[in-house]
Amino acid sequence: MSLELKNVEKKVGIETHIYSTNLKLEKNTINVLLGSTLSGKTTLMQIMAGLDKPTSGEIWFNDENVTGKEVQKRNCSMVYQQFINYPNFTVFENIASPLKIIGVKPDEIKQRVGKVAELLKLSAMLNKKPDELSGGQQQRTALARALVKDSDLILLDEPLANLDFKLREELREELPKLFEDRDCVVVYATTEPLDALMIGGNTATLLEGNVIQYGKTLDVYKKPENLTSAKVFSDPPINVAEVSKRGEMFKLKDNNVQWKSNIKIKDGDYKIGIRPHNITTNKEGNNSVEIDGKVLISEISGSESLIHFTTGKLNWVSLSNGIQQKNIGENTKLFMNVNEFLYFDSNNRLVSNG
Amino acid sequence: MNFYILTLIIDWYPMAKITLKDLSHSYLKQPNNDSDWALKGVNIDWKDGGAYALLGPSGCGKTTLLNIISGLLKPTKGEILFDNKDVTSLNPVDRDIAQIFQFPVIYDTMTVYDNLAFPLKNRGLSKTEIDSKVKEIAEMLELTSTLNNKAAGLTADGKQKISLGRGLVRSDVNVIMFDEPLTVIDPHLKWVLRSKLKELHQKINRTMIYVTHDQIEALTFADQVVVMHEGQIVQTGTPVELFEKPKHTFVGHFIGSPGMNILPCEIKNGQINFEGKLLPNNISIEKTNFSKTEVGIRPEFIKFSNDGIKVKIKRVSDTGRHKVIDTECNSGSIKILANASDEIPSDSAHITFDQKYTYAYGDNWIIE
Repeated sequence: MSLELKNVEKKVGIETHIYSTNLKLEKNTINVLLGSTLSGKTTLMQIMAGLDKPTSGEIWFNDENVTGKEVQKRNCSMVYQQFINYPNFTVFENIASPLKIIGVKPDEIKQRVGKVAELLKLSAMLNKKPDELSGGQQQRTALARALVKDSDLILLDEPLANLDFKLREELREELPKLFEDRDCVVVYATTEPLDALMIGGNTATLLEGNVIQYGKTLDVYKKPENLTSAKVFSDPPINVAEVSKRGEMFKLKDNNVQWKSNIKIKDGDYKIGIRPHNITTNKEGNNSVEIDGKVLISEISGSESLIHFTTGKLNWVSLSNGIQQKNIGENTKLFMNVNEFLYFDSNNRLVSNG
Repeated sequence: MNFYILTLIIDWYPMAKITLKDLSHSYLKQPNNDSDWALKGVNIDWKDGGAYALLGPSGCGKTTLLNIISGLLKPTKGEILFDNKDVTSLNPVDRDIAQIFQFPVIYDTMTVYDNLAFPLKNRGLSKTEIDSKVKEIAEMLELTSTLNNKAAGLTADGKQKISLGRGLVRSDVNVIMFDEPLTVIDPHLKWVLRSKLKELHQKINRTMIYVTHDQIEALTFADQVVVMHEGQIVQTGTPVELFEKPKHTFVGHFIGSPGMNILPCEIKNGQINFEGKLLPNNISIEKTNFSKTEVGIRPEFIKFSNDGIKVKIKRVSDTGRHKVIDTECNSGSIKILANASDEIPSDSAHITFDQKYTYAYGDNWIIE
């Protein structure tokens, strides 16, 4: 089982929403579409589901060309950002609804709803109406409805976006487990890099209607093919700077900071990308270089600190473990982990990852 | 901003100490049981000039508390004092509070200048006074170049800056309260406004109370954070205190990501007995008559070791920066946070807890 997009393109009037896209998603995989709003995630999903037709190109499911096949005739489930449930139905009836439509017997419905409700911790809520539930429980109900029928394709369009932080954390952790033993293709759209990393599977980075890179999530994260992919897959934003290389020495152009590296690339001008967690308040790793910064603000989450700072003309952000309170305007020393630098050539293509 | 203006502001602004005494509130006429109360015996002492945050999930009582402070709601029990003066029965207008809401409250057809000047005109300040105050606030908020533009044309964060400006421009307020002020701001711009707010507090040094469900907002802004849960204050502390020593299991769970591991344990001879092992304690536990005792340890403070508590490795998520490891023991599941480069044992392993950050909780409250 697999879902394949072959040269799929989508135009609306003179505007191109999706540029020619080739993607092959295998069964038993979770595939994350990662990109900001308007990057084309939802359009791609609607094309995959059959809710929208591509302007050109084909969609294949297994060995069948399903381009133009109506959504009702495909075996597909979708969950949206908004919690969509039938308000007059109980949780049980909501989850059971797709099974009733296809004529599953009451006994079997009861058994299957019970099983999926248990998985999603809804067993105690089955007789309640959606408006008696918390946001997290409402979204669990929508997820349960998508899971109860054996869909070939499950599409999740930013399902956690409307949940508050702790619920989001909890459900994000459970999601991959829900799909572990299922014989289907799962597609998950999100704007958040951390969602992709926590979910694992495969990731496609998207920008302005283009799929930039597709591969195993951690590979895409660690070896972005180009600077665009690295930028899409970095939150807080990746720090970028111009550098020059001569022999083993690298130097930041806007600053006096230099470091040594024996990576095998020609002398000349490059760009580096440094993810925020590779600039820290304490020395980490065995190959670090010091940098002076002036603090713009130190943002504290419960267990880590994001320090926004300027250095020379650069406006950068660092991410450290623990609570690191710094005053606005304070001069501070930070440490960059040289082994984790990403180097890009003048065409923004990755030439070395540390 | 020059030093002269700065001293002027400090002279002008009366500051107030805010005291909340045994505040309880129920929306019901005749509250019977515990769950009928939205606020349950809240006591707070807020010094003048401080930066404070009220943090908690929806339904924790923070909005009720905010409405009581601003005078929109009269508490069922207890009193509110501004500088030791009882204001419990005072109308909102007589309390001199500036409030900034989730959504920008501005006049679209007015210019940015007139929006900022509006609260001052209403209070009959002279033209020159108004002009100097508006320009000063505009400068701080980087709105100077847009002063003559119509407010309607601004972006969401531009509009919210005006709302902030209107709250800050008045010199006659006791306290400025922010109610989730960054909700409408684009995520990528939030840090800019966060730093602006923090900077403003440092400059004008007035009592500010920031109400939010978002821990980053609260911990970044405030020196002291009040964490609320089910109508109660569960801890008041600095960001470091909330992270290193949660006084209530809710704080452990809510602050930090992933939150604290909290598992059932027994207390034996003053020590924590967990999974059949006595854990070394920081203190000897004397009181034992709890209906429930638990041990709490953050994922950051657990290490793999040769002996210790035996766990089964269930799942390893590599976030590129950390590895989040889901493990399971007889008492439940335990999360461990390791460096991305760390080797993680497969299948089963032993773990130990860092004694300094291991706490015992009795009926959800820390035992100390």
